[in-house]
Amino acid sequence: MADLEEFRVETNAWLRANGPASIVGTMQTNEEGIWGGRKAVFPSPDAKRWLAIMAERGWTAPTWPREYGGGGLSPDEARVLSQEMAKLRLPPPLVGFGLTMIGPTLLQFGNEDQRREHLPKICRGEIRWCQGYSEPDAGSDLASLKTRAVREGDDLVVTGQKVWTSYADKSDWIFALVRSDPHAKKQEGITFLLIDMATPGVSVRPIQLISGASPFCETYFDEVRVPLRNVIGALHGGWTVAKALLGHERSMIADVFGGGARKGASSALVEIARRHLDAPEGPLPDPIQRDRIAQTELDARCFALTVQRSRDGAKAGHRPGPETSMFKYYATELNERRHELMVRIAGPQGLGWEGEGFVAEDLALTRAWLRSRGNSIEGGTSEIQLNVIAKRVLGLPD
Amino acid sequence: MNLVHSEDQELLAKTAADFVAAHSPVARVRKLRDSKDPIGFSKELWREMAGLGWVGIPFPEGLGGAGMGFADLAVVLEALGRTLAPEPFVSTVLLGGQAVLLGGSEAQRKEILPGVCSGETLLALAFEEPGSRYDVSRVAVRADVEGDEWRLSGRKVHVLDGAAADTIVVSARTAGAGSDPEGITLFLVPARARGVRITAEQRIDSRGAAIVDLDSVAVGRADVVGPVDRGAVLLERVIDRAAAGLCAETLGLMSEAFERTLAYLKTRVQFGAPIGSFQALKHRAALCFIEIELARSATMAAVRALDEGSDDASKLVSVAKARCSDAAVLVTNEAVQMHGGIGMTDEHDIGFYMKRARVAELSFGDSAWHRDRFARLEGF
Repeated sequence: MADLEEFRVETNAWLRANGPASIVGTMQTNEEGIWGGRKAVFPSPDAKRWLAIMAERGWTAPTWPREYGGGGLSPDEARVLSQEMAKLRLPPPLVGFGLTMIGPTLLQFGNEDQRREHLPKICRGEIRWCQGYSEPDAGSDLASLKTRAVREGDDLVVTGQKVWTSYADKSDWIFALVRSDPHAKKQEGITFLLIDMATPGVSVRPIQLISGASPFCETYFDEVRVPLRNVIGALHGGWTVAKALLGHERSMIADVFGGGARKGASSALVEIARRHLDAPEGPLPDPIQRDRIAQTELDARCFALTVQRSRDGAKAGHRPGPETSMFKYYATELNERRHELMVRIAGPQGLGWEGEGFVAEDLALTRAWLRSRGNSIEGGTSEIQLNVIAKRVLGLPD
Repeated sequence: MNLVHSEDQELLAKTAADFVAAHSPVARVRKLRDSKDPIGFSKELWREMAGLGWVGIPFPEGLGGAGMGFADLAVVLEALGRTLAPEPFVSTVLLGGQAVLLGGSEAQRKEILPGVCSGETLLALAFEEPGSRYDVSRVAVRADVEGDEWRLSGRKVHVLDGAAADTIVVSARTAGAGSDPEGITLFLVPARARGVRITAEQRIDSRGAAIVDLDSVAVGRADVVGPVDRGAVLLERVIDRAAAGLCAETLGLMSEAFERTLAYLKTRVQFGAPIGSFQALKHRAALCFIEIELARSATMAAVRALDEGSDDASKLVSVAKARCSDAAVLVTNEAVQMHGGIGMTDEHDIGFYMKRARVAELSFGDSAWHRDRFARLEGF
């Protein structure tokens, strides 16, 4: 414990000395963050410098082993680091799916060559990754995917289409599920493959959502040659890897929306109500909206307490309890309900698309509401999450 | 605040679960109901629980208690809730006992609480009146000074274990009127005092609630609990504790009702398949599971906040009571529905769970009442 306190003091001093003043308090959301990659666009020169000095220290991936570019920190030390960064309002030096999805998967399933090739580039923010899972005919039933991978010598030749590939237009590499054995049972003929998007035959087309914008794309593969050494895990053994990665993805999604469920975001509801119900202080005058806000805030509190209970259990050395299986479902449903309520409270002023007659905050919340409707679809629909709970936690029969 | 059971609490939970399995099946509750037992629980079992140290958990060691906390008591209440054990924890330990502990004079505590901890003395708190619903300040029972005495007159209702209690703590109006929070005072009234008439209420959970009629009942100045006219604040603190305890009991009952329902879903065959294989039921079961997990987190936080004396305690009690009320009603309604016709029969135990869940929901504030209080405490 004394060592941890020492670490805290040293870390705080180092962050104070090295954190550029101009980035303090900026880049507070994932979207505004530093994503890196060959086509990286940095919000400012200091943001670029921040990435470089943190990567140098291994602190873009604090808990990863040092030999792969990580910081080699213990979970406790990593927690101290993030607490000290939060105190100084320093943004994360790097965000993205390299850190949250493919990195942890490579640490678990990759061979030594694959880790050495990819992990350091992720840590330095040199390569930006995207995910190629869903297809037009393989959504919730992901294992029915059809993108074909035919073996030719030391290569797999990939042909097909992926959809909902977030940020594919800005990414350098894609981790994709491909059908390598068309004759096996559907889960048993799938391979988990890393593909450099600069390879001839890869093309990308952005998708516009009901909110008017989106990070999503369609990604096409036309006879794309990928060396066999880019297979993660066994050839045809990709489903195991895919499911493990979905676990990382769902906990990331729960974190993103669950984070909002903790302090701060809930008072945003009250703020919006104060503005639209003309009630700068005191009890809100509309008892029905007030009750809905109370219910939403109460739900958020219960969810945050459940996340805390799970973390406290982990700290006490317990295995993850059954409660973790509900995180993705509840975090996203709650986020949707909160946005629904915001628009409802805004009333007719929440109906603006753009232009005169509407204030920027309301326009933004309306777009956010539209975007939020996807939360219970992406990363495994709510219905799939309930199936998983029924099967794995409750043991209900197929 | 650490939302995980300590090793001692794990052990206590195990002891309590074993005790419940050996001594308190739901069949016992059914027998008490069918025999029209005048108090609705077993005094013998209560003394055994006291012997195990459970009754004294939230009282100081100097008064015969264990000097432990509500987080510990919650572990026992959850285990008892699983089979609907009707012993008077809520009335004696949480309502009457906490009123004396928090508001009583040194002499009152010393006189009453050791007997409570040993299982000899039973208490009740008479704070509800016809039409008062959840407002502890809506008090019409009068207490008037007459010489060296107070004289209490009026009607109290829904007095939990009123027929079994040796002493009843009664809230009465000593000043003001209507729902004025000022002017309420608590008194110790012996159940056998002249002018006290106790009539059993028959409620859906077949526990011993009672109407307490007071006809110019004389009590001494030494029988006032807490400050004169300022009893509403004390009542609110006491009821926070009772509500948190009831949440723990409710958590146990909804967990058990859910587990029994899951077992039924896995064994009941229709259309040639266990009904638990149908997605319509799977999803509803998963939603019940989620609600129970949230209720568990909220309850654990509320009892710990009370133990820590946190400023957030009342808010967290409201979060827990709102959640547990709604979750228990959802889960037990679903339990009856998923059991189908057999669930509607008196012969099957699952209906007992639904009835007790409804009583718990509508005691000490329902979910809407607690959402309102939560909003007020949050400043909107």
